[in-house]
Amino acid sequence: MSENEKYVNGSELPSVEELLEQGLVTINPDENIKDEDCAVIVNDVTVRFNKATEHIDNLKEYFVKLIKRELMFQEFLALKNVNLKIKKGEAWGIIGTNGSGKSTLLKVISRILKPYKGSVKVNGTIASLIELGAGIDPRLTARENIYLNGCILGYSKEFIDEKFDEIVEFSELRDFLDSPVQNFSSGMQSRLGFSVATVVQPDILIVDEVLSVGDVLFSKKCMNKMNEMLNNGTTLLFVSHSIDQVKSMCDKAIWLDHGNVVMQGDIDLVANEYDQKIAAIKERQRQEDADRERELKAVEKRLAEEKKKRRIS
Amino acid sequence: MKKLIDRINPEEGSFLEVFKFWDLLVQLVTRDIKLKYRRSFLGYLWSILNPLMIMIIMTVVFSFLFSDGVEYFPLYLLAGRTMFEFIAGATDKALWSITDNAGLLKKTYVSKFMFTIAKITSTMIDFLFSLGAMVIVMLVYSIINHRILFSFMNLGFLIPFVEAYIFSVGAGLILAELHVFFRDIRYIYNAGMTAIMYASAMFYSLDMFYKNGEAQIAAGATPYAIYLAKFIEHFNPFYIYMKQIRYFLWAPTLSTGVPYWAQVHVIDFVLGFFYAFLMLAIGISTFKKSQDKFILYI
Repeated sequence: MSENEKYVNGSELPSVEELLEQGLVTINPDENIKDEDCAVIVNDVTVRFNKATEHIDNLKEYFVKLIKRELMFQEFLALKNVNLKIKKGEAWGIIGTNGSGKSTLLKVISRILKPYKGSVKVNGTIASLIELGAGIDPRLTARENIYLNGCILGYSKEFIDEKFDEIVEFSELRDFLDSPVQNFSSGMQSRLGFSVATVVQPDILIVDEVLSVGDVLFSKKCMNKMNEMLNNGTTLLFVSHSIDQVKSMCDKAIWLDHGNVVMQGDIDLVANEYDQKIAAIKERQRQEDADRERELKAVEKRLAEEKKKRRIS
Repeated sequence: MKKLIDRINPEEGSFLEVFKFWDLLVQLVTRDIKLKYRRSFLGYLWSILNPLMIMIIMTVVFSFLFSDGVEYFPLYLLAGRTMFEFIAGATDKALWSITDNAGLLKKTYVSKFMFTIAKITSTMIDFLFSLGAMVIVMLVYSIINHRILFSFMNLGFLIPFVEAYIFSVGAGLILAELHVFFRDIRYIYNAGMTAIMYASAMFYSLDMFYKNGEAQIAAGATPYAIYLAKFIEHFNPFYIYMKQIRYFLWAPTLSTGVPYWAQVHVIDFVLGFFYAFLMLAIGISTFKKSQDKFILYI
């Protein structure tokens, strides 16, 4: 039995430090991975936001603050020196609690955010299934939206012409092609968005756990489509705080906490550690709650006793 | 063209990406046009009726105010106003172009130049439609006067339109980025446009200024009125473009020849293109620098 398997199957879990020491997981990716084998290279990325107490978005306030010398810049680092190398064809999960920097990392990879320091290199095309139909205009018809949304995703008009039937077929919206999208249900809109986004075979696919695309049947169809893409060698980036979902989809994972990389490496090792940490946090919370309750009861008891005493006297 | 762009392969965030996203530009412009004119013939009718009605009101009002008048005043007014309203409308829509697409820009990567340029382009097409009002008035005058007022000179209006388009793209980019950081810029913009309107001789002519100046010279005073006219002619791009479009659409109809203050010389075109490209250069360079910060403010 290898060390790796022992930890995965064994009952006793090593600490993060132990794993790091043994080199089973790392904080930074392996230096030996060649850049040309990678789909995504995140190189020492730091993302900085201004966490000013008040958001100044007009000139009047700007000058008032300028005169009062209150124009402060409160630095907030959403990601701190994150390194990540994703090889072509790998499926990576990004895990972490709320506010850990998961979506910031995705935004940096999909070029929406520019890093404050460091660089991101992406080899190939990205299809993001996080905000399905971000570019859908409800006033336009489905047909017009296919063209508009496709162009927003960077397709050429000829390409959409060619794939138009395929998109319509997949979305199952042929009967509603010429009615405005504002009359559609949200499920129908996501179907349209999904069909347009996945008509290409992207090099990198970004998926969010809350991918709710219409009814169960269509959901299944979407999963099939995604699996088909993965089998064809698409690199997957999957965001979730549900560990089971990540485990079933990915073979590697990166765990973020307050913008720092806690560890990255084999999915089972990372997921188990994360699970343990979450369980520990939950346990601690439960204990704190219990403690508080006990204290509360003690106070109540004392009050009741004093009341009784007063009544007697 | 597509192949050429592929070969240049514009870097991320550069203005040249507009050509890479060319199909998107076409889609965004057709969306604006379609939504405006869809399912209503009145949509198109209104874009002609609106300038016609305003022209009639202004003609009535200003014929009383300035009795010395300009020949074919309605045409003079309509030509100048069409140009002014194009630049004003385009920059106003451009101002909102980034903030209105906040949702999209937060979710996908698109060249941000696209939205501003698309708005200005669709406004330009609107205004080409509204030139229909001009055609109607010229037709009416042709019939009344038994004289054909149309001429090949009219086609020259495309030159000031191109200048104004380039100018508007530059100004629009500056306004769009400023609006991201300072939302109250729109109030300043509105006040500024009112000031520019009065300084652009939309409903009066610079003839008045020159006549006043001559009177001042005759009285032995400094001819400030002439200085003011010269200043407007050289430093107000709005007036420069309005003067040119009048030269091509209104001046050819005159039976008495083109008055000296409406004559267009080479210097007018040089200045017009100079201001257009100056504005474009400032717009592109500042927009390019600040665009990465947009996402933090929208």
